[in-house]
Amino acid sequence: MTATKIENPIIQVDDLKFYYPGNARALHGINLSFPEKQVTALIGPSGCGKSTLIRCFNRMNDLIDSCRVEGEIFLEGENIYGRRTDIIELRRKVGMVFQKSNPFPKSIYENVIYGLRIAGEKDKKLFDERVESSLKAAALWDEVKDRLQESALGLSGGQMQRLCIARAIAVNPKVILMDEPCSALDPKSTARVEETIKELRNDYTIIIVTHNMQQAARVSDFTAFLFEGNLIEFGVTDQLFVKPQNKQTEDYITGRFG
Amino acid sequence: MAMKTKMMDKYWRVGEPMVWFSAAALAATLLTAFVLLIVIMVNGLGVFWPSDLQQLKLKDGSLVIGELIRTEPTADKSGLRRQYKIANRDLYGLDFRWIDEAQIVSEQTPQQLLVLERIEHGDFFGELKNIQVNGELKPGSLAELNAAVDNVGNELQVLEELENKLNDASYQMERLRLKVLKLDYKKVPADDQARIKLNHEKTKLDSNFNHLVKVQTNRVTRVRQDKAIFADAKGQEKEIVLADIVQVYAPNQMTVIDKSIFYAKKLGELFVGEPRESNTEGGLFPAIFGTVMLIFVMSLFSFPLGVIAAVYLREYANEGLLVRIVRIAVNNLAGIPSIVYGIFGLSFFIYGIGHGIDSFFFPERLPTPTFGTGGLLWASLTLALLTVPVVIVSTEEALGAIPREMREGSYALGSTKFQTLVRILLPMASPGIMTGLILAMARAAGEVAPLMLTGVVKLAPALPIDGNFPFFHLDRKFMHLGFHIYDIGFQSPNVEAAKPMVFVTTLLLVLIVLIMSSVAIYLRNKMKKRYTFGTF
Repeated sequence: MTATKIENPIIQVDDLKFYYPGNARALHGINLSFPEKQVTALIGPSGCGKSTLIRCFNRMNDLIDSCRVEGEIFLEGENIYGRRTDIIELRRKVGMVFQKSNPFPKSIYENVIYGLRIAGEKDKKLFDERVESSLKAAALWDEVKDRLQESALGLSGGQMQRLCIARAIAVNPKVILMDEPCSALDPKSTARVEETIKELRNDYTIIIVTHNMQQAARVSDFTAFLFEGNLIEFGVTDQLFVKPQNKQTEDYITGRFG
Repeated sequence: MAMKTKMMDKYWRVGEPMVWFSAAALAATLLTAFVLLIVIMVNGLGVFWPSDLQQLKLKDGSLVIGELIRTEPTADKSGLRRQYKIANRDLYGLDFRWIDEAQIVSEQTPQQLLVLERIEHGDFFGELKNIQVNGELKPGSLAELNAAVDNVGNELQVLEELENKLNDASYQMERLRLKVLKLDYKKVPADDQARIKLNHEKTKLDSNFNHLVKVQTNRVTRVRQDKAIFADAKGQEKEIVLADIVQVYAPNQMTVIDKSIFYAKKLGELFVGEPRESNTEGGLFPAIFGTVMLIFVMSLFSFPLGVIAAVYLREYANEGLLVRIVRIAVNNLAGIPSIVYGIFGLSFFIYGIGHGIDSFFFPERLPTPTFGTGGLLWASLTLALLTVPVVIVSTEEALGAIPREMREGSYALGSTKFQTLVRILLPMASPGIMTGLILAMARAAGEVAPLMLTGVVKLAPALPIDGNFPFFHLDRKFMHLGFHIYDIGFQSPNVEAAKPMVFVTTLLLVLIVLIMSSVAIYLRNKMKKRYTFGTF
């Protein structure tokens, strides 16, 4: 395993095992720490468990019937699989952007403030403020500021994905999870989203799953390589890509398999 | 030869025959629907056209006045025979007659022949002889007759207002009687304050009622003094009270424009008029009202029930054997014959719940039932039960068709299941839910069998909505277009006279279903536009 040690991690994973229905184990005991306000990329071939892992952080896997989790995940020192965890509260702290952009069939404005509304917020001024700041942070403000009340479904694919980022930011999360956010986008939109990610790094901890190793190299500070449900290597991106410690990692990033 | 096989091969491979086959299937379906509609329209829309009256002279020397209905070959195929409407049911007993063409010596269309639409006994065909207004008998023209009929009509209108007052008064007396009954039932002593008050009220109402009755009787006697004398084809004279005449017209004097105006008026009356002559004449307003209200109340029950049940099945229930059984059961509910629902409605709603309500809330009125008899409420509930599977199935399908990402996106922002359901899922499923509602309404509009057991009547004394508290009388019996069709078409003593009305009623029923579903489809398309995904 790796030697990279993280001081004061925001998320710490301890011996995490995950079972899909039918006792199919997808994660075989992951130990991993995520640094605060940094971008960490999870890479690995299809089916290696990176999406499963990222979905454990906001307990999205709870939606799957009869799946099982063993081990612990600490968010700011609190076990999110503890007995007293408030999932709603957790998901407000850990936002998520999905592979397929999923704006709600509402106006752009309503999409951004959805998280606030369901939290019971009613302050109109706060809404306006958050819409502007979130859309600016997601680098979408200039494109949509004149049509906030129009349906979000009229946006282009890249705009939709950035809207989803803005929507996640609007509730002020600590961590933003991104599950292959650019896999359905063209190169130009991808570039815009990556630009956004780089800017967000100053304020948020970002964990991004990606198939695209160039993307991981471009946007992330740290990278973790997973293979068949095991963490193979974790380290500073520049080192991992230039001088991988592990043979498997080297094979994967040089394209010899995967 | 080989070449040909190859070409045939290609022909089949391209799938041309399948295209033709499926197109033919669609065409056949559309054709049946169109033919049905056209038959109904042709038969129904011609009813109110004021055709010319013919005066026939027959070989035996007799004269006949009639309206030509149709011509067809005689039974032995030797010639043609014609069906005439000869009206004057009170004189001849029959108002339709077949006449062989060979029997007809001459036919004319004399200008002076009149058609009288009457409140009773159907139409009268004949000539005007004398008018008797204010006791003075004198010969008159059609214009004078019309003026006199209009005058009487005004008086009748006043009478109708009086009648409404009488109805209200009797409604109030009935309520008072029920209150007294209640006191009797509770064994309240005769010197009790409440009883004295009621007695006082009763005296007041009684005297008011008696006064109204007296006024009404006087006026009726007065109105019925004005008469006119007519003569039929044979010269037989007939005295007709003007108050019994709905309208008079001379079709042979009318131009096409006159006839068109007349036609439009009659068509309008169909929508607002009250039925006459055991429903074979007059308007259909109570039946239209009953049908629309029935569908509306039915939707109020079946829509929320179906949607909520589907939400539970799809969103909350754990997918398992039980849910699968429930789903199969729901699907099969839609296949149960509707008469079975009628029987269920009768035994469960009317005899069960209705009787329960009666014995709990209105024990003093028993054995006269209040809710323990058919009524709009029970009929609506029965139909709601019948249509709820349709709503459930379509709602479930609509919910299932929402992409998983939508739910995940909402949950990921910290929303609860309920918030996701209300804010995301239901709006997105609404077009599908509307489709279910449209199907349910169309099905409910066409059902007759269950209604016959749960509260539809041939002639309802009052509408389910009126000015008397509590305004909505869901316990009342009601009229329905579907039942109307069955009743006048198959239960009428005078089938020939009722036939046109059957087609008109059918047309109206189809029209109402069309209008209601058009509105629903319009709403659905609007929702669809709002909630469906743009592609990227």
